[in-house]
Amino acid sequence: MAVTTTTDSPAATTNTTPLITSGARRRRGTFAADKLWALAFVTPYVAVFLAFVIYPIGYGLWLGSDPASYRALFNDPVYPRTVVNTLLYLLFGVNLKLFLALLLSGFFMRKGWWTKVLLLIFMLPWAVPALPSYLSINWMLNGQWGLINNIIWNVAQVDGPPWLDSHGLALASVIYGHIWKWLPFWTLIFLAGRMAISLELYEAADVDGASPIQKFTLVTLPLMAGMYLVCTMLSTIWALGDFNAVRFISGGGPALSTHVLATLGIRNAFELGDPHLGMATVLTALPLLIPLVILLMRQLRRSEVTI
Amino acid sequence: MTQRWMRGHRRARALNSIGVWLLSSVLLIWTLLPIYNIIRVSMQEKEEVLSTSVFPVAPSPHAFEVVFRQTFWLLETFWNQMGNSFFIGIVVAFLTLAIGTLASFTISRMRIRNGWMLTNAALLTYVIPMSFLAIPFYGIMGKYGLTNNPLAVIAVEVTFATPYAIFIFQQYSASIPFELDEAARIDGASPPQIFFRIYLPLMAPALVAIGTYALLLSWNEYLYAFLLLSGGKVVTVPVTLGKFLVGDEAPWNYLMAAAIIYAIPPLLIYYGVRRKMHGGLTMGGVKG
Repeated sequence: MAVTTTTDSPAATTNTTPLITSGARRRRGTFAADKLWALAFVTPYVAVFLAFVIYPIGYGLWLGSDPASYRALFNDPVYPRTVVNTLLYLLFGVNLKLFLALLLSGFFMRKGWWTKVLLLIFMLPWAVPALPSYLSINWMLNGQWGLINNIIWNVAQVDGPPWLDSHGLALASVIYGHIWKWLPFWTLIFLAGRMAISLELYEAADVDGASPIQKFTLVTLPLMAGMYLVCTMLSTIWALGDFNAVRFISGGGPALSTHVLATLGIRNAFELGDPHLGMATVLTALPLLIPLVILLMRQLRRSEVTI
Repeated sequence: MTQRWMRGHRRARALNSIGVWLLSSVLLIWTLLPIYNIIRVSMQEKEEVLSTSVFPVAPSPHAFEVVFRQTFWLLETFWNQMGNSFFIGIVVAFLTLAIGTLASFTISRMRIRNGWMLTNAALLTYVIPMSFLAIPFYGIMGKYGLTNNPLAVIAVEVTFATPYAIFIFQQYSASIPFELDEAARIDGASPPQIFFRIYLPLMAPALVAIGTYALLLSWNEYLYAFLLLSGGKVVTVPVTLGKFLVGDEAPWNYLMAAAIIYAIPPLLIYYGVRRKMHGGLTMGGVKG
């Protein structure tokens, strides 16, 4: 309770003895009252944390502690494919998205009304709820009557590929949907990062005759590297838990070939009615998740990057 | 010499503006294609949905009429569901603000000794993928007797919105001078008085940002609503949108019309308080 201690020390040194004792007694009273208030103020949050974070984590670990479910899981032919899908989804989805966002944030640094208007439109995918967009992408990519293949047919008079009916294209479609939805958000984050870089650095680079590419690689990149790393980790964790993109663009199909761990876990737990198996599925992501969580928590605490 | 330089300069500028024009067009097409598809399909009649048209041939408000009048079996309680989504969103926003401000006030203004533990708890919650806790959460809500109860969904949303709220509040309150608290202290103000009379009014911009964030988070939430609200009068809109896919031949025009109506409130809110939201979002990012 620093609020009281700061007012308290000068009084103690300058005042006469009787005043100190009476003041100290009163202060002790407020101390105790402050502690009670502090306790009352944090109780709701602590209660929420214990009841809805710690308890579910503990219960989840217990659900997923049965070795038999892991045996069943590793014998499931869908599982290895799901792991590969998850890794591809993270590798391409996260990295393509963040790299594009980094480049685009530079474009949106331009001045003028057009850039502002374009940014407003560009933010739409982020502002529209996920479900309508993913459902629209699903129907847009329909092999028979989807908008994309209709355009291909009208332009070239050939049939477009059945986007969602083959494993590779369906997974690519899911990754496309993910990038489409989240690119604006990360562009905005990098835009804020770029705006925090002092203009003087660029002016100095200009004086030294640096080309635009040099300014990017020698000024922008080193200054944004830390932020980029934190964003990559955070985005990886969020993408790992992303359920909606796969559920509504490919539905895990064709023939269960595009599931990721998050969707397969829900399928095993609720469609197959086996919560132990579902939790085991999700928990096999822990070898990737735990190092990320530790690194990220350390970074977030140190650099105070908040997204 | 100068003339050649001038010509080169002009050419560079022309190239530059062509580049901007090109990139702008690519970005516009990229961004608007799926959104155009929503609008296009919502204006089509059933037969036209299954056609090779790119632009609507005979635009019709039929699908919107169906949604408004709730005459399709999946949309029978559509407006009730919109109401549910609103109700849950408002309650989540309010609780997130209440719990978040109280916690961050205690951590950053009253400076309690173990405040770092709370900050770490918030950080941990923030970096756990929400969907990974869905399975145990479902079981726990069954134990609490809250299945098919909006309270269960509200609890989840508040749990996952509060950590972010605490970060933003802590960072924002760093800009409020401590001397204000001290002066109030000397005048004999108690912690609740400081909280209500000094802290909250000065935090107003951050409250708007986080309130909006929490409202949108819960408005958009699908997975938990789908798992915890099984049916009847408590279902929210995204759950119904998800149900359309289960049937063999989804009436895409009804689905897209309902999706548009569902997407309008968050769009209005987002573009209404955009500046404040971005302020909140990027407040900390700047320090990185």
